[in-house]
Amino acid sequence: MGNLATVVLGVIGADVHAVGNRILAYALEQAGFKVINIGVLASQEEFVDAAIETGARALLVSSLYGHGEMDCRGLREKAVEAGIGSVLMYIGGNLVIGKREWKDVESTFIKMGFDRVYPPGTLPDDVIPQLRQDLGLT
Amino acid sequence: MELALLIDFGSTFTKVTAVDLGRETVLATARSFSTVETNIMEGFFNALRELEGYAGLDSPPYKYKIACSSAAGGLRMIAVGLVPDLTVEAAKRAALGAGARVTGVFAHELSSSEVGKIEAQDPDIILLAGGTDGGNREVIIHNAKMLAASSHLNSPVVAAGNKAAADEIRDIMVCSGKDVRITDNVMPELNVLNIDPARETIRTVFLEKIVAAKGLKKAEEFIDRVLMPTPAAVLNAAQLLAEGFEDEPGLGDLLVVDVGGATTDVHSVAGGEPTKAGISLKGLPEPFAKRTVEGDLGMRYSARALLESVGIRKLVRNCGYDKEQILKHVEKVGTNPGLLCTDEVSRGIDDALALMAVDTAVERHVGKIETVYTPFGASYIQTGKDLTGVNCLVGTGGVIVYHHDPAVIMRGALFDQDLPTVLKPVHPRLFIDREYILAGMGLLAEVRPLTALRIMKKYLAETHF
Repeated sequence: MGNLATVVLGVIGADVHAVGNRILAYALEQAGFKVINIGVLASQEEFVDAAIETGARALLVSSLYGHGEMDCRGLREKAVEAGIGSVLMYIGGNLVIGKREWKDVESTFIKMGFDRVYPPGTLPDDVIPQLRQDLGLT
Repeated sequence: MELALLIDFGSTFTKVTAVDLGRETVLATARSFSTVETNIMEGFFNALRELEGYAGLDSPPYKYKIACSSAAGGLRMIAVGLVPDLTVEAAKRAALGAGARVTGVFAHELSSSEVGKIEAQDPDIILLAGGTDGGNREVIIHNAKMLAASSHLNSPVVAAGNKAAADEIRDIMVCSGKDVRITDNVMPELNVLNIDPARETIRTVFLEKIVAAKGLKKAEEFIDRVLMPTPAAVLNAAQLLAEGFEDEPGLGDLLVVDVGGATTDVHSVAGGEPTKAGISLKGLPEPFAKRTVEGDLGMRYSARALLESVGIRKLVRNCGYDKEQILKHVEKVGTNPGLLCTDEVSRGIDDALALMAVDTAVERHVGKIETVYTPFGASYIQTGKDLTGVNCLVGTGGVIVYHHDPAVIMRGALFDQDLPTVLKPVHPRLFIDREYILAGMGLLAEVRPLTALRIMKKYLAETHF
């Protein structure tokens, strides 16, 4: 597995949900990715800085406390500004509070610059093949 | 009688200390103005003569004659990295830990105007970092090319970045005839700090090249070796004093404050983990033995900068003298660094300057707590070291060593109830380096660590706040 891709994983904003983050890190490592896990309470700047320094090809953002929309706004712009504008960006979790149509939620985050948006209950096994495909690893 | 002679070639004074290794005693100390511009040995021999006069040490056979130096501007370094909070910070810490004066830091791709700035500074060593191992290679290679392309730069380059770029960097540098040393990455993985190999390499370059470049080679005709920059010797001493050696226990976690004419150095030897529950750590991990240098906080060369950083109002409040008196004093000592204060007014103002230097330098050195409000209530984030629980505080540097009541100045290092988020020591024991031996003991530690430790424990004077 000489050409594994590096990805940055973290829980954005003031969110401290650590369990899913660990599970995801484990699953991604098992799938052969080099995981840079910046953990909980991660700011946008930390995602961007980590990706620059490690040469990561994807930002995998989790948000489980309902404030994802607030926390993620401007992330793509920061990446563009920092010179890694084409980095792949995924987000998943409990992205919004209240009852909103998934289609709505998805398009909100796609407009924000995310490449893929995952609803609650998504399993790593659903994500990993798509990640491989998007990174041209298959 | 087995003797050691320990020499500190300082920017202002050359200090010599004679130690009886068998009895573990300091026989005498002496100092004389440094004569770096002419012949470094002049000032040294002046100090030596004074020493011999003191203790009847008439050219005794010293077993060791070892020196450290901060003369001729100290070890001046430039740190280059990629992201300011990550490899740039790691490179800066490695340089500081090696006892350097960091005169500039650069992030991302170097531009030609930045290379111009580096050329103008003509540093002794350039530390080139960037990228975790297997991470970004483009930027560090670009920067190596930029440095290699400069016809003016002859400073040795220590490359401590992405190992995947190391071979290419070596080729680039060697092809343009530059001195390059490849060492382990200062940040092999994200947020993992690995500064010891870089520190060692910097020291090797210091021994091989910088000693000669600073006109210190002459000194090596008479003494055995110039071993390290003075700040590295102080950090060495601090670490030995904290950790102990073999069966001889150390003093535990400690903080050393060294107020000089040009800078105030703070060294901490402590893990600095959070001391209260429910606090999460952020930022780069801290080196166990950490040194910070404040170039704007000094008693003489930097007195004006100190005034600017702290503000006149705070000084007026702390010394009771008025604005004009303070400005006059700062002007006077700034232009005349050799000045020792004799009258009451200038001593009072010097005390206030020193207090502010200690207060500000320690505040910048220690960790801070920040409150973040989340949907689940407040949570606390610590960046840097929590030094509230540190056992010992050690004061050194002219203004403290020669003061009749140094606690007045050292109080600035203590925790302040009004600033609870600044994690300064709460109830440390206070020790003063009365004989001014800390740097010397850091040197002696290289050959006789146990003796150095015992002498420090004997001669550092415990004082009370």
